[in-house]
Amino acid sequence: MTPLAQAQHFVRAPDWTWYIVPYFFLAGLAGGSYVIATLLRLWGDRRDEPAARLGYYAAFLAFLPCPILLTLDLTQPLRFWHMLWNTTPDDAGPNFKSWSPMSVGSWALVTFGLFVTVSFLEALARDRGWEARWLRPLDGALGRAWIVVGAVLGLFIAGYTGVLLAVSNQPVWSDTWALGGLFLASGLAGSAALLALLVRRRPAARASGGMLELSERLWSLLELALLVVFALTLVPDGTLDDAFGFPWILLWLVAFAGLLPGLARLMTARLAVTSEGAVVAQPAVASAVTYWLVLLGVLALRAAVVLSAQL
Amino acid sequence: MTEIVPGQAYGFFTDTSVCIGCKACEVACKQWNMLAGHEPTFGDGYDNTGSLDEQNWRYVQFIDNVPDETMGTGQGKAWLMMSDVCKHCQHASCMDVCPTGAIIRTEFDTVYIQPDVCNGCRDCIAACPYGVIGVDEHTNVAQKCTLCYDRLQGGMEPACAKACPTDSIQFGPLQELQARADQRLADLHAQGVTEANLYGRDTAVYGGLNAFFLLMDKPEAYKLPNAANAVLPGRNNPGGYLAGLVTAVLGVLGGLIALRRRGQPPPQERSHDTEAVEP
Repeated sequence: MTPLAQAQHFVRAPDWTWYIVPYFFLAGLAGGSYVIATLLRLWGDRRDEPAARLGYYAAFLAFLPCPILLTLDLTQPLRFWHMLWNTTPDDAGPNFKSWSPMSVGSWALVTFGLFVTVSFLEALARDRGWEARWLRPLDGALGRAWIVVGAVLGLFIAGYTGVLLAVSNQPVWSDTWALGGLFLASGLAGSAALLALLVRRRPAARASGGMLELSERLWSLLELALLVVFALTLVPDGTLDDAFGFPWILLWLVAFAGLLPGLARLMTARLAVTSEGAVVAQPAVASAVTYWLVLLGVLALRAAVVLSAQL
Repeated sequence: MTEIVPGQAYGFFTDTSVCIGCKACEVACKQWNMLAGHEPTFGDGYDNTGSLDEQNWRYVQFIDNVPDETMGTGQGKAWLMMSDVCKHCQHASCMDVCPTGAIIRTEFDTVYIQPDVCNGCRDCIAACPYGVIGVDEHTNVAQKCTLCYDRLQGGMEPACAKACPTDSIQFGPLQELQARADQRLADLHAQGVTEANLYGRDTAVYGGLNAFFLLMDKPEAYKLPNAANAVLPGRNNPGGYLAGLVTAVLGVLGGLIALRRRGQPPPQERSHDTEAVEP
């Protein structure tokens, strides 16, 4: 396509709406929480273990509704397994199309489900002090390898939903390559906010509050950068108004509102100077309301992207 | 009549220059395929079908080009009429994205949705650049023109081509249709109808269309993407995943930076932090 030529869209909308928006939201939180939990366990210190376990709990609980939402969205829900198994007569067998994000995503979701469930049970067993034999292999290098692979899958689950939208011919979605990154950054920021809320309710995990707070700010900055890229990529195809026009601008405002507190704290922490002239590394503590706003923003971002191209 | 042989490519050549907008194709299609159709809508034109979808596998477009000023030269070009249909693309976007393998290329080189395999994920609807596919509310699966797969298997030409009174819709072996279309285009150009053009005859649009058209205006006028815009959904796979990968690397890096630079927990929280947990 020649630069600045407007894209022609003559497609129909797939009606991916009320099941898909919460799925995208929860997939972001499940993947992001698993990643944070793994970072805390592998690169944190002993104080971070309680927060890591909280992360695995959150990932599992956020993951649970995902397959249900996806199945309910199908117009033939009982055929959900056709995603994995081709039932074409004379051509029956496993289904995997590397070029179809929905096909790759189906396999990734099933695999991630295994990782997230084992990590949840492992965290629960350790918290409850259960002496389970199956836990022993997860103590050493195998356990570390397990959560690293799970975290890679978590990163994929949090971001592939954006690629799935882009691999279409729909206005807005197909006019950009930034959605995968945008959803991932937003999922990470939302997961940090979710865990920051949860650690407040578990005294033993509060030592990780600083990491979660700072990471939420950094990931919000990454999300903002990708939002700008997303908007810029829509300009040549003339679909900026479709995505950001009324009424979607209201959702975007909520998404921005979720970003702003974290970004503001990032700026003020950088700019604050002590009487000795040193930059203050210790940021101000965010309130619970701020984190709820971040989560609302993560949901609003997905709703704006998904709905603006279809309704 | 043409003998229909499995293993040979078949298609439609729709010559819009002789379409009279009678909609016999729409009726024949619905009758043969037992499509209930939608309630008709009545606007200020002759179009009460609306669009191609799960019920309308043929759709006669009436494109109003009537000028505001008094008619003079150009009379006869006031309306563009075209019987639109699934294009049975060689590079089919719907088939590319379908995660279940429900969309297949048949022994007649047509694109077919297997109703017993489709699970209604609707990825094909998001991908089809022609807005052809819809989900039927009775069968709950994605539906579109089958190029009368069942009739072909029985050695019969598709219902719409059979019913078309002006031969605007022609069915046959693809190579034969292409040769016929080339001749028709040459005749029209020789008669001074220079705006006539073939859409989907060559590989410029989705690798070639088994249902291709002779148009009397630019493709965009008929709501057909031109060659520059006829792009496959998969084009966004590399960019999309690359953006995700770069974000993943930056995200993990951000997490590690946060772990190193988090400082001490706030004093009021540190006082509660007494529980030691074994890793």
